[in-house]
Amino acid sequence: MADLHPDNPYAKDRFPDRAKKIEFPPEHKARFDHLLTRYPTKEACLLPTLHLAQEVWGWISPEVVHYVGDLLDLSPAQVFGVVSFYNMYNQKPVGKYHLQVCTNLSCMVSNAYDIYDHLCDRLKINPGETTKDGLYTVVEVECLGSCGTAPVVQINNDYHENMDVAKMDALLPTLK
Amino acid sequence: MTDPIKVLTANIDKPNSASIDTYGDYKAARKALAMKPEDVVNLVKDSELRGRGGAGFPTGMKWSFVPKNAPKPTYLLCNADESEPGTFKDRVIIEQDPHLLIEGMVIAAFAIGSCPMAYIYIRGEFYFGATVLDKALEEARAKGFLGKNIFGSGFDFDITVHRGAGAYICGEETGLIESVEGHRGQPRVKPPFPAVVGVFGGPTVVNNVETLACVPLIVNNGAEWFKGFGSPKNTGPKLYCVSGNVKKPGVYEFPMGMNLKELIYDHCGGITGDRQLKAVIPGGASAPMLLPNEIDLPLNFDAVMKAGSMLGSAGIIVLDESVCIVDAVWRLAKFFAHESCGQCTPCREGTNWLESILDRMERGEGRTQDADLLLDMADNIGGKSLCALGDAAIGPVISSVKKFRDEYFYHVTHKSCLPGTRRYRRLDMPVAAH
Repeated sequence: MADLHPDNPYAKDRFPDRAKKIEFPPEHKARFDHLLTRYPTKEACLLPTLHLAQEVWGWISPEVVHYVGDLLDLSPAQVFGVVSFYNMYNQKPVGKYHLQVCTNLSCMVSNAYDIYDHLCDRLKINPGETTKDGLYTVVEVECLGSCGTAPVVQINNDYHENMDVAKMDALLPTLK
Repeated sequence: MTDPIKVLTANIDKPNSASIDTYGDYKAARKALAMKPEDVVNLVKDSELRGRGGAGFPTGMKWSFVPKNAPKPTYLLCNADESEPGTFKDRVIIEQDPHLLIEGMVIAAFAIGSCPMAYIYIRGEFYFGATVLDKALEEARAKGFLGKNIFGSGFDFDITVHRGAGAYICGEETGLIESVEGHRGQPRVKPPFPAVVGVFGGPTVVNNVETLACVPLIVNNGAEWFKGFGSPKNTGPKLYCVSGNVKKPGVYEFPMGMNLKELIYDHCGGITGDRQLKAVIPGGASAPMLLPNEIDLPLNFDAVMKAGSMLGSAGIIVLDESVCIVDAVWRLAKFFAHESCGQCTPCREGTNWLESILDRMERGEGRTQDADLLLDMADNIGGKSLCALGDAAIGPVISSVKKFRDEYFYHVTHKSCLPGTRRYRRLDMPVAAH
């Protein structure tokens, strides 16, 4: 079998560890069962199920791809195709705080790149990397739909609007 | 000076504006469900409401395309993907007046007929908006405004919030349909149009949030009242989003056809730092740029089209004289290259080449023929893909090369940005792998 491209996060570890049995905790299992009642096909539950899985495990590992595929009667290839298409599904583990800096035009002209550069410098990581303590990951993202309060930094699910370097510096120590 | 209006945004300043007790008891939906569905469609047709998502297609006409007695259930999809850079109007309705949207959806679903379930496709990043909608839907269900036999009319209907996961292309009608079905959001070949074969094989209507929010207002106040805003064929209240280099960015509501210059200088306080205006993008990232001498125009679908651009989603991005135009266009090109779904070769390859060429010009590695090369490539992208993303990607490129040709050449001859303009990003920053 040909090797996958080294950038592909599944290159080294593309086969799931079948010994590692994973399962939704009861609360998420209940939410998953509710999902099944809201759509006429099982396949349509794929996006929301992946959101649930990411809430539980933080990223979509090869084990999660197989588990979700089993739940919805889909092949792992179908699941992985969707995971790799959509930006919000993490294909590798991310930090406890996922710092997503919007740098699209309105944010850019409001100095979003200063925040982005500053975060990478201060945390001593390259874009897309996670700090050694596993606390922070810094990424550049496309328009977050909050251009009137630019620049915007999305941290996990929350928007932080009208940001600047000083506010970011003040915020960072509170994220522990 | 034209005063802002509070029609679509009538509720948003009230305390607890998202709660059903503040909103009211769905008077418009009660009225509509007592009418015949085709009368509701005709009412919306008479109002001349045009879709607020970007294309400006007449909403009533879209509804009337749905075949009667189709073998499969009809579906209503609300497009709350709001991903066009510069656009942030739907979020205001979703987060601050969700019941206006839900009531609009009840009416729309009733009008198009046999619609058991609707989905609100909200972009995944709007996590807070999705929780607000979920709560509002619970409130509406508890009051019996959603569910079985709504208002005793025999009409059964419910709504599910479906979160996207970060893909601009899912704002495209058929990309959105694919995404609701659990697939990669790659647009479909048309025909068949969604009104005939859409989501889960049934006839489907896809409407933008702001469009659906207009519907209860039309039912309550009548088509003539709605036409009192704006001009013929460009009717109704409109939310304008202004961002970029202006003193007071934000969402402004005016009758359709607000003057762009007045909006920027009188309502948004003019340009940041009182600098000179350089260019305005009037309708989200895909809209061709306008020069300062072109902005004295009414912001409605037809007038902006006549000026060589488009109103689109009314996401107005203002750029001042300090912005390097090549850098700004590079940022938009990077966006489109990232968001191209990869299905059609001209768009997938072309958008990446546009980004690369603009990047090399910005790095001082540009070639004399690059400006013309950009136009040539744009010509090979436009109209050659399934959906409008390719056409959107070339809007800012073509308009800027034509209008700022000297600045492009300056980058080639001097290997730097024009004096007095700045690049925002650091060129030595590594690019993260996706």
